Amino acid sequence: MRQDSVDAITAHPRYQELIRARKRFALLLTAIMMLIYYGLILVIAFAPDWLGVPVAPGMTMTVGIPIGILVILSAFILTGIYVARANGQFDRLTKEIQEEFE
Amino acid sequence: MNRLSSWGILAALLVPFGLAAAPALTGAVEQRSVNMTAIIMFLVFVVATLGITYWASKRTRTTKDFYTAGGGITGMQNGLAIAGDFMSAASFLGISGLVFASGYDGLIYSIGFLVGWPIIMFLIAEQIRNLGKFTFADVTSYRFGQTQIRTVAAISSLVVVAFYLIAQMVGAGKLIQLLFGLEYWLAVVAVGLLMMTYVIFGGMTATTWVQIIKAVLLLSGATFMAVAALSYFNFSPEQMFQQAVEIHPGGAAIMEPGSLVKDPINAISLGLALMFGTAGLPHILMRFFTVPNAKEARKSVFYATGFIGYFYILTFIIGFSAIVLLAQNPQFYKPEALNADGKVMLDQLVSGLAGGTNMVAINLAEAVGGNLFLGFISAVAFATILAVVAGLTLAGASAISHDLYASVIAKGRSNEATEIKVSRIATFVLGMVAIALGIAFESQNVAFMVGLAFAIAASANFPVLAASIFWGKMTTRGAFYGGFAGLISAVVLTILSKAVWGDVLGFTGVNAEGQVVPVGLIPLDNPAIISIPFAFFCIWLFSVLDQSERAKLERAAYFAQRVRCETGIGAEGAVAH
Repeated sequence: MRQDSVDAITAHPRYQELIRARKRFALLLTAIMMLIYYGLILVIAFAPDWLGVPVAPGMTMTVGIPIGILVILSAFILTGIYVARANGQFDRLTKEIQEEFE
Repeated sequence: MNRLSSWGILAALLVPFGLAAAPALTGAVEQRSVNMTAIIMFLVFVVATLGITYWASKRTRTTKDFYTAGGGITGMQNGLAIAGDFMSAASFLGISGLVFASGYDGLIYSIGFLVGWPIIMFLIAEQIRNLGKFTFADVTSYRFGQTQIRTVAAISSLVVVAFYLIAQMVGAGKLIQLLFGLEYWLAVVAVGLLMMTYVIFGGMTATTWVQIIKAVLLLSGATFMAVAALSYFNFSPEQMFQQAVEIHPGGAAIMEPGSLVKDPINAISLGLALMFGTAGLPHILMRFFTVPNAKEARKSVFYATGFIGYFYILTFIIGFSAIVLLAQNPQFYKPEALNADGKVMLDQLVSGLAGGTNMVAINLAEAVGGNLFLGFISAVAFATILAVVAGLTLAGASAISHDLYASVIAKGRSNEATEIKVSRIATFVLGMVAIALGIAFESQNVAFMVGLAFAIAASANFPVLAASIFWGKMTTRGAFYGGFAGLISAVVLTILSKAVWGDVLGFTGVNAEGQVVPVGLIPLDNPAIISIPFAFFCIWLFSVLDQSERAKLERAAYFAQRVRCETGIGAEGAVAH
């Protein structure tokens, strides 16, 4: 790519919007995933008994089971949320930039 | 005593997943009588995959065909292939065995392997697809000195692949010996030769399709098993948990965290290695170049995360239901674990299992589906090993041919035909080395190797990759020294840890109870919590100290790299608009 088109794209408002939005969104989702996972690890390290409480009186299933399953689901859901936004807003912005410069 | 031994198994299981099955796969195994159903089903798989390899060989002409299957794999197919790379035989057998032995801890353990995927999605997948061509070193060397950066990337890739491969080969030999009644060396040679055939003739096309077929077989087999097992409990998880707690020697403790997390520092360090190691494994990163664009790369992570998460939920059900169902089947137990009536003694439920806890899923297959299904699951386990080692070998071969040969030695002046030839020779050599090391390490303790592979991937590959994408001020010097700092610190700290210093090198100490036990020089089981920050620190330090003219040009080149990374303009195989 020629330097003048790099400069033009870098200064383009659509490009600025794209990189800012994507960075913020990616970092936010990364932070959420790390919070969920390391949160679980810290609960296991410091308050493991809390996960051993039955989900309802008289039940064998403990709250730890649904929480564990939810952490697995959260990983899938977070990637789904990213894909949904990327397929929409990010791809639209990318396409606008591509059409203008390619 | 029984309780104690299950915690012992658990301690060994702290080493990540290929060797999650470490205890049985590295120790002495009982050779089964030859299982004909399993062998016939496996032969069907081999014939089918050789057919695919023949078909793929006709389509493998260019380097792009060889390394990336021509870039024509869809997001869904790639998601399955990635999931296949991750669902190794050892993780299937090891995690279900861990759930069987310790209950809830097995679930915690599997979660660690999943949470790296969202991180790959948010930070790495689309970016490397836009910047790279065949290997992740294309990305890390994008605006830097090719010789230095590709050399360090190729070395760390080969080290990761080597440790991972040895662990898989040893596990393969043990497992096949156990399942099929084949000699250990014969099993290792068979795996090595088949894997070399797939990669040399079929390249990435064959490797990917073998992986996809295996992923589908494994997911459907595990689904059938989990559903069939749940039917014994009227599809009520509560009933399953209730009955399991009643008979398990661990009692109600299997419903809550046990000793998997010893202390927060070790737990977080392992978590970091798993999370960021996944984002630095060369054979995983390579898969992102097989899809046509960033959009498909992103889709493939979404599908892969779904498949892998689903798979871990299945292994949890399989392990828990096996507690109840295997107890009703004395034929899976050693004679000394049975009482006078021929029933399983409950205190022997875990420790009395013939073949160890790695046989839980295999035994459950027989219990719920008879001999035919046992043969199917055994064949799938063998297929799984083959597919995983093929992917690893291809990643290692491309580090040699694309990074070392074409870029460092030939300085980009080689032609495609020669590069493919070099990668085929490299595959052959790696295959022979893998067979030789697999046989040499038969009775060695290889439990630390996959943990080390993840730690190196997290410490040497991931920091350079992340910084090259996101930090415009990095220079060649920063990437070079940072990469080596991560590699060396991860290796050295692992050698000083208990898994190598104590268990492999045999250094012992006296514990609190006055017993002589293997010890490490440092209390960390996994180096990631130190080696990852150290690598980032070195990248930063050597980059800011670098005031050379070249460094200025490299920093200026970041803007062009960023544009391609973010928009895909100029990316390999990008669709013209």
